[in-house]
Amino acid sequence: MKRFLLAALFFAVLLLIWEALYRAKIWSPVLLPSPQQVALYLEGAVVDGTLAKATVITMRRLLIGYLIGLVVGLPLGLLTARWKLFGDTVGTMALGLQTLPSVCWVPLALLWFGQTEAAMLFVVVMGTLWSVVIATETGVRNVPPIYRRAALTMGSKCLHMWFKVILPASLPFIVSGMKQGWAFAWRSLMAAEIFVTILTGFGLGQLLHYGRELSAMEQVIGIMIVIVVIGLLADKIFFSPIERFLHRRWGTSQA
Amino acid sequence: MHLARRHHSSAAEELEVIAPSKLAIENVSKRFKGASGSVLALDHVSLNVAEGEFVCLVGASGCGKSTLLNIIAGLEKPDGGTVLTDGKPVTGPGRERLVMFQEPALFPWLNVFGNVLFPLKLKPNLTNKDRRDVAKYYLELVGLSRFERANIHELSGGMKQRVSLARALAPNPRVLLMDEPFAALDALTREQLYGDIQEIWKARRKTIVFVTHNVREAACLGDRVLVFSPHPGRIREEFAVDLPRPRDINSVDLAVHATEITKALKSFGQPELAAVQ
Repeated sequence: MKRFLLAALFFAVLLLIWEALYRAKIWSPVLLPSPQQVALYLEGAVVDGTLAKATVITMRRLLIGYLIGLVVGLPLGLLTARWKLFGDTVGTMALGLQTLPSVCWVPLALLWFGQTEAAMLFVVVMGTLWSVVIATETGVRNVPPIYRRAALTMGSKCLHMWFKVILPASLPFIVSGMKQGWAFAWRSLMAAEIFVTILTGFGLGQLLHYGRELSAMEQVIGIMIVIVVIGLLADKIFFSPIERFLHRRWGTSQA
Repeated sequence: MHLARRHHSSAAEELEVIAPSKLAIENVSKRFKGASGSVLALDHVSLNVAEGEFVCLVGASGCGKSTLLNIIAGLEKPDGGTVLTDGKPVTGPGRERLVMFQEPALFPWLNVFGNVLFPLKLKPNLTNKDRRDVAKYYLELVGLSRFERANIHELSGGMKQRVSLARALAPNPRVLLMDEPFAALDALTREQLYGDIQEIWKARRKTIVFVTHNVREAACLGDRVLVFSPHPGRIREEFAVDLPRPRDINSVDLAVHATEITKALKSFGQPELAAVQ
């Protein structure tokens, strides 16, 4: 409770500073709207449904792309770790493409797929995939050989070895790769949405973009806050519990 | 088994004391090629272990005793020679020969109970309830019933090795292969485990091959102690230890045997071994 109060106090102070800066009139109110104006915009966007609609569209793109990235990336990472041929080819390619900022896929996606949902998905998948491949490969390579040997003597083979020993043993690496993949996917999707208008749906990035076009700063800041909150929620609701479980089981410190 | 009788018939069958195996190791050789040339780890080693016998292999580090254990386990293939269990050649790992390693090798993603359950889940023809009953029985046998929900990192070194022992015993193997399982533990914990392992061996009847560099430990546990010499790895001498059980590691009679074995070891020129004792 005390921690919660302190955190609440911190954010209240941030708001006060913002309000003070607004009242000091150092910048034009067009460039720095008041917290109240932003709140009013958000309220309006909630009431007329634009915010909910944009959030749903963005999250749908993100989740579908992310899932495809996971479903393709995990097995690819396992194969890469298991067979030299895959490691030398797919592994090297993954390492290279992972260093490519995923927003760099946007021009290519646009030319290949046009202004469609497929282009958006493609960018998200590319953001997720390579991180997951690399993390899975690293995880598998870091499984202590003694686990394999112990499992072998107990009669574990092939698929059982992969699913009940090697995969769980590499879980800490895989989860951090999933987290990185999520971060990359989220960033690249926002970039793509700001860049590209797709008529099948207006996502959060597009709302941000049109906020700029209309010089509606309260919209820009309002949407930015929404994006931050979604990122925070994903972390707190999805990743934190998994990480807490891993820390508890493996005995790695959480501090 | 009084505990077994209370349970489902299949769990009871699973917990029955089964006949231990007879091991025959014939002319086994193994050469390792490394950066510094090749080493003959085992040179035509032959050894017979009777059903239910407790045999200890002692020797300095690198004398090939662990290699022999891995070959019996089926984790490594010999370059020459054969290993037979009850007359059948060993071609790979199998759960009738389970290994207890020096490091506990417990799985951190499972809790204590999950670890003991792991080999049982690989055994067909058991219901899940049977498996759980069997796992519970062995955790009780090693004195860790209270810790079945604990995570592995929460256990002390001695407790980890107890869980390892329970996990190795759980599928009811005929042979137990132990590779310096107590080497990393403190003296007090080890002494406790010497008592426990003798009791469990008596209750569960296993053929045990136990590798160690600790001569007292070997004399305390083994019916026979085989002395290895390195480069090339060979069995050089054999001692029968006919002291009554359970044996106390600190007894004078045991020390007499240990001294004799140590003398033999030293005669093969391993100065670092004197320091161990």
